[in-house]
Amino acid sequence: MPATEEKTRTNTDADLPSREGDRVIQFREALREAMTEEMHRDKRIFLMGEEVAEYQGAYKVSQGMLDEFGPKRIIDTPISENGFAGLGIGAAMYGLRPIIEFMSWSFSLVAADQILNNAPKMLYMSGGQWGCPIVFRGNNGAGGQLGSTHSWCVEALYSNVPGLKIAIPSCPYDAKGLLKTAIRDDDPVFFLESERMLGDKAHVPEEEYLVPFGKAARLREGDACTLVSFGRPVNFCLEAADTLREEDGIEVDVLDMRTIRPLDTAAIIESLKRTNRIVVVDQSWPFASVATEVITQVCEKAFDWLDHPPIRVNADDVPTPYSKPLEQAYLPHVGKILEAVRRAVG
Amino acid sequence: MPTKVIYNAKINQIQILDENGKLDEKLARGGLKDAQVLKLYEHMSICRHYDEVAFKLQRSGRMGTYPQNMGQEAIGAVALAAIRADWMVPCYRENAALFLHGLPMEKILLHWMGDERGNQIPEGVNITPISIPIGTHMLHAAGIAWALKLRKEDAVAFTFFGDGATSEGDFHEAMNFACTLKLPCVFICQNNQWAISVPRSKQTASETFAQKGLAYGAECLQIDGNDVFAVYKAAKDARARALKDGKPTLIEAYTYRLGDHTTADDARRYRDAKELEMWRLRDPLIRTRKYLEAKDLWSDDKQKTLEAKAKEIVTKVVKNAEGIEKPTNDDIFDHTFAELPEEIIRQRDTMHTHSLGQRPEQETLRASARGV
Ligand SMILES: Cc1ncc(C[n+]2csc(CCOP(=O)(O)OP(=O)(O)O)c2C)c(N)n1
Ligand SMILES: [Mg+2]
Repeated sequence: MPATEEKTRTNTDADLPSREGDRVIQFREALREAMTEEMHRDKRIFLMGEEVAEYQGAYKVSQGMLDEFGPKRIIDTPISENGFAGLGIGAAMYGLRPIIEFMSWSFSLVAADQILNNAPKMLYMSGGQWGCPIVFRGNNGAGGQLGSTHSWCVEALYSNVPGLKIAIPSCPYDAKGLLKTAIRDDDPVFFLESERMLGDKAHVPEEEYLVPFGKAARLREGDACTLVSFGRPVNFCLEAADTLREEDGIEVDVLDMRTIRPLDTAAIIESLKRTNRIVVVDQSWPFASVATEVITQVCEKAFDWLDHPPIRVNADDVPTPYSKPLEQAYLPHVGKILEAVRRAVG
Repeated sequence: MPTKVIYNAKINQIQILDENGKLDEKLARGGLKDAQVLKLYEHMSICRHYDEVAFKLQRSGRMGTYPQNMGQEAIGAVALAAIRADWMVPCYRENAALFLHGLPMEKILLHWMGDERGNQIPEGVNITPISIPIGTHMLHAAGIAWALKLRKEDAVAFTFFGDGATSEGDFHEAMNFACTLKLPCVFICQNNQWAISVPRSKQTASETFAQKGLAYGAECLQIDGNDVFAVYKAAKDARARALKDGKPTLIEAYTYRLGDHTTADDARRYRDAKELEMWRLRDPLIRTRKYLEAKDLWSDDKQKTLEAKAKEIVTKVVKNAEGIEKPTNDDIFDHTFAELPEEIIRQRDTMHTHSLGQRPEQETLRASARGV
């Protein structure tokens, strides 16, 4: 399957450098640049995970970093997710700034106690004393025919936990800017990448920039409907928006949340007040999902502005199928988004 | 190919001060000095009294749950083997070591009274918060040791855990990391023979807990955990080994939990009274006192003075713990993040819960929520 195609995006980040330009790099290079620049800036940062050093990263995200920083800062680990998650937490408690790479967020499940019960609660349980500035990052989401156990979208599951932040970029530009912010953050950040997007190419500015957390990007402007998404499906929303313009003659607002925690509900409400219709596209399961949360907040805060019941486009409520066509059918895709928007505006 | 032995293992057991207070002079050489033994004896006695008082506080409803340390006070000797820059990464049964390493005594009470401020540890005291998910903190110790190594600091991390905790994956992962990364980390397993109601025989079929570290490449030994001399020596040697060769040590301190698991259970229901009686005779306080008496360093008078002093100290500690300003509902939100996000500030300043919403017309609800 080809990697998701980068769609043009309007720039609503007034104070950030332009998204237009010809320094075109891959998503994985954007991640690498973020880590490399930050590691040069701050000696306390190290990268640890399975295959990150000698092998140059299971997905080549850390290519060349071992040569650049040496084995004390780019560290191969035993296959022991709980182990290096916990070790990272200890190092963070004592002032280092670890970046912990999970080959896949699916494997973070064996580290659940460390990442959910230790990292996000350390500060709280110590009455504010022991912060835990750590980034956990890795591939998240289905689409690569990896079977049910390796295709987790953890955003719904993990965003339920207070004390952590979740960033989920949809393009190289945001990948770099958000990861730099994540590394500088003083709280634990879960950084969700997508193997399906690592090869995506787009312009990433030369100059330094940080994409702030909790600030959605409006990628298309329209008045027919608000399309809210995060991570890889944002790209499907952009595609759907193009089709809707061409075939239906309507313009939709496309909001890329960029971070789930914190969540920029203000941007959603602002958009909804102009469009009065909302479709939320979320690649995880529907029950108690981030889409559910978005819609709940919309109902709480802007119920009277709705002209149509909110609609969710989630993955189907089944374990991720192994079969290629079934997996594609199971995930949110352009067809489903078009159907949802047409229902909302119809 | 003929069969040949390619790996041989043995575990040494060390006892220096026996149950009767008799010292193995040879093994004791270069170890604890009498002034230190005196200090430890006094400190252990104060900790014992602390436990008794904590138990009463719980029974009278002034504290949530409390795990008594009774019988395991000799572990305090680890702190004498440590330097100030070393780290203690505890679970919950090594109060004696923590206090000696600089933790104010009211902190532990405050914690068990249900206050996170009990885990606010003074600047310069290198101790991490008490860890309740069993075993998870051993990895934090490995992480701290990793940080010590990267920063080239001449200090080690001591981590403490029970016999039961060795059945958690975290123990094995922490040992593996510490040994492969050559970290200045010392693992101290307080084998008190029980994990709540589960006896040691059901915890593992391994002959010792110490040998579990051999597979990872750690230096491993078993010591009499009620013998302050052995605890001190093992900790001191392990510390030196960690710093010199980057070799972690697993110390199995063979001891016994004289009390219940916590104030929430009654050990008489699952433990043999005879077993308890036998272990009472091996109490670290009894043998240390015998040792001091034999050297003419202790007397009934001194004992009386000590008991009065213990009472005075613990009374003051309880007063400090109970005297802390009570938290308010607004404090619920503090420390959720390093910097409170807007959403949480809004929750704090408006409704106290999220789902009540933040619509202005709910002002009245908001007022009533504040009154709660
Ligand atoms: C991960 C986890 N599982 C279970 C428990 C419940 N629990 C608390 S203490 C304990 C027994 C621990 O025994 P041991 O490690 O021998 O320490 P001891 O209490 O004897 O000092 C158990 C099972 C827990 N706190 N955390
Ligand atoms: Mg035990």
